[in-house]
Amino acid sequence: MKADIRVALVGNPNTGKSTLFNVLTGLNQKIGNFPGVTVDKKVGYSKLPDGRTAEIVDLPGTYSLYPKSQDESIVFSVLADKANGLNPDLVIVILDASNLKRNLLLYSQVADLKIPVIVALNMMDLAKKTGIEINVDLLAKNLSVPVVPIAARKQLGIDDLKQAIANANKVAMQGDSIDVKSIAPQLIESISREMNVDNAYYALQLAHQHETLKFLSTEQSDRIEELEKEHAFHSQKAQGSETIARYSYINELLYDTVKIPATAHDETLSNKIDKILTHKVFGFIIFFAILLFMFQAIFTWASYPMSLIADSFVWIQNELHRILPAGPATSLLVDGVIAGLSGVMVFIPQIAILFAFISILEDTGYMSRVTFMMDKLMRKVGLNGKSVVPLIGGFACAVPSIMSTRTIENWKDRMITIMVTPLVTCSARLPVYTLLIALVVPNKNVWWVFNLQGLALTGMYVFSLISAVLVAWVFKFILKARERGYFIMELPVYRMPRWKNVAFSMYERSKSFVLQAGKVIIAVSIILWVLASYAPGDRFARIEAKYKQPQYTQGIPQDQIDRNIATEKLENSYAGVLGHTIEPVIRPLGFDWKIGIALITSFAAREVFVGTMATIYSVNGDADNTQSVQQKMHDAKNPQTGQPVFTAAVAFSLMMFYAFAMQCASTVAVVYRETKNWRWPATQFAYMTVLAYAASFIAYHLLR
Amino acid sequence: MKLSQLPVGAKGIVKEFTDLEMSVKLMEMGCLPGEEIRVDRIAPLGDPIAINVSGYQLSLRKREASTIILHK
Repeated sequence: MKADIRVALVGNPNTGKSTLFNVLTGLNQKIGNFPGVTVDKKVGYSKLPDGRTAEIVDLPGTYSLYPKSQDESIVFSVLADKANGLNPDLVIVILDASNLKRNLLLYSQVADLKIPVIVALNMMDLAKKTGIEINVDLLAKNLSVPVVPIAARKQLGIDDLKQAIANANKVAMQGDSIDVKSIAPQLIESISREMNVDNAYYALQLAHQHETLKFLSTEQSDRIEELEKEHAFHSQKAQGSETIARYSYINELLYDTVKIPATAHDETLSNKIDKILTHKVFGFIIFFAILLFMFQAIFTWASYPMSLIADSFVWIQNELHRILPAGPATSLLVDGVIAGLSGVMVFIPQIAILFAFISILEDTGYMSRVTFMMDKLMRKVGLNGKSVVPLIGGFACAVPSIMSTRTIENWKDRMITIMVTPLVTCSARLPVYTLLIALVVPNKNVWWVFNLQGLALTGMYVFSLISAVLVAWVFKFILKARERGYFIMELPVYRMPRWKNVAFSMYERSKSFVLQAGKVIIAVSIILWVLASYAPGDRFARIEAKYKQPQYTQGIPQDQIDRNIATEKLENSYAGVLGHTIEPVIRPLGFDWKIGIALITSFAAREVFVGTMATIYSVNGDADNTQSVQQKMHDAKNPQTGQPVFTAAVAFSLMMFYAFAMQCASTVAVVYRETKNWRWPATQFAYMTVLAYAASFIAYHLLR
Repeated sequence: MKLSQLPVGAKGIVKEFTDLEMSVKLMEMGCLPGEEIRVDRIAPLGDPIAINVSGYQLSLRKREASTIILHK
C-alpha cells in the first residue's frame, strides 16, 4: 500500500501504545521483522480525515533513547537514521496522563532530535478519576507541539488525533528542552563537524551509542571512539547529568500545567489487589491455581471442538476414498497429506485457548507480579525474575519465548534462560501428550472435580518446569558471569484485559501454527508416504507372490490376508527398513520400529509425531474404514506377543522422550539467531538428547 | 539511611547514590535526588521490593535499593 505520510508511535511500555496502534489501523496491519534484527515490526495503515493515507509504525516500548535491550535500540535507529526504510515524517509520542513525569523523559529526548512530534495524552479518563488535572492547552503552548488528549481503550479522541496527523507540520516546531551542548561541548562540536550532523542531541547520542549502531561504518565508529578519548568523555556521567537536566526541565514544565491532588497517593485499587495476589501464602497458591485451571481448561473446553474437527477429517477421508479412483495419487492425498494434516488441525482449539490465557495474564499486569514474586527463587537457580515470562511463554512455544529473553539485560541470566526454555512443555508437545495420555490414562474424575487425564497432563507440565529449573541450576555453575545483573522493573497498574487483543492473539497464533507447522507436516507426510509405499528392490513383488501361494491364504478370511500383506509391505518399505535400522538403539526404551519412524520425523517438529502415526497406521490399515489415530493406536498389537503396543510403560517412556528431546528445527534456528554462535544450539541439542534417552529408559523400566 | 532499610509504608527523600551505573538506570525511571519514595511492599520471599516513586510503582532488588541514600 502506498502511504502519503509515515508516522512512528513511540512511548513507554504500558502506556497503551499497542492499543492506540490497533485503534488507528484496525486489522489493516502486518507483522514482520525489522531489517537485520529479529524484533517484531508492526506496520499498519490509517485513513486520515483529508483522504490521505498514513503508514503507522509501532516501535518497541522504551523508557528512554538509551537502550537496555536489543528491542529498545531499534527506536533510536529508526528515528535518527534518515536512510532507514522506516524513518518517519512524524512521531506520535504517547504519554500516560496519570504518570506524566516519567513519560516526558522519553518525549524530551525524541523532541530534541528535532523530528516533527505530536503528543497523544492517553488514559485521560484514568487521570481524571484519580483527580489529576492537566491544563492541556497550556502544556501544548509550553511544548509548542500539538497535544491531543485521548483514551485509546474507549476510542475517545482518535478523530482529533487523526486530524492532528493530517495538520502536522513538515518541520519540527518544538524548542530545545535542555542545553544539550553544555553536556559535552567540544565533543558534540567535533562529531557534528566531522560526521556532518546538524543536531546537537543526535551528535551526543552517536557518542553514546556508536558501538552498537548498525548504520555507522566501522571507520566512523572508530573515529567517534578517538574523539571521545580526546575529549575525556564519560558516557555514564554524561547520561546522568543529562537525565537530571531533563527532569528539572520536566518539573518546571509540570509546575503550572498539572495538579496532582495530595490524596492521589492513597491506597489504590491496584495496591489492594496486590495485597492478595502477591501475598506470602495466597500469592503462590493463586499462581498455581491459575496454572492448574489453565491446563484443566485446555483439556476440557477444547474436547468438543477437537472431536468435531477429528470427525470431520475422518468423514472427508472416507468421502475422498469413495469418490476418487483407487491408486497411488489418491493414496498420497488421502493417506499421506490429509491424514497428516488432520493430526495437526485437531490441536487448534487447545493452542487457541493456551494463547488466550497467556495474553490475558500479560495484559492484566499479572505476569509482572509473577516476575516480582519469583525473582528471589529464580535467582537461586541462576535465572532472573524476568525468566518467568519466557518460561511460562514456553508453555505456548519456545520460539517467541526465546526471542522475549531479550528483556533480560544480564548476559548469563539470559543464556541460561535460553538454554532451559525448550524444556518447558510447549504446545507442540501437547498433541503428543494428549494422544498418549488418552491411550493409557482412564478418563475418570477423582475427588469430583479433577479429571485424571487432566491431572496427568498437569503433571507433565509441572515436571517440565522442575527439570528446567534443575538444568538451570547446573548451568549456573558452568557459565561465567560477564557483568552484574539488576532488576529494575515497572509494576503496571492492574487493568482489565483487552478482549479484542486476546481474540487477535488467539487468531494470529493459531494461524501461524497451522501455516508453519502445516508446511512441515505436509512435506514430512509426503516423504513419509513415499518411504512407506515403496521398497528397495523387488521386496513388494515378492510379498505379493508369497501371498499367491495357497498355504498363506487357505482358511484365512480375505480381510485378514489383506492386513497381513499390508503389514509385511510396511515392514519391508524404505520407512520400515529405516525404522528397523534404529530399532536396536530405541528397543531399551520400549519403542518398536514404527515408533522409531515417528521419532525420526519428529526431529523436524514434535507435532509431526501425531501426523506420522496417522500416516503409518493409515498406510498399514484398511483404507475403507478410516478411524481416528487414537483408535488405531489403541488397537495396535505387537505381532509376536499379541499384546497392545501402547502400554503405560511405552506411553510414558515416549512422553519422557518428548519432554526432553530437542525435536524442533525452529528452536535450534532461533537459538542460533539469538546467540550468534553454533556452540549454544549444539550444546542444547546434545544435553537434551542425552536427558531424553536417560529419562525414557528409566520411565520404561520403572513401569514395565 | 539506605532505601533498603526503609520499612513497608515508610517514606523517604532521595539524597544521593553510591553507584554510578545503577544511578543512571534508576534516574531514568524517575528515581532522582529530591524525589519522595514510599516502600509499598516486599516480595513474598523477602526480595525484591516494590516502591512508589513519581506516581507509579517500581520494583527493584534490595541490593539495588541499598545504593540509594535517603535524607534522614
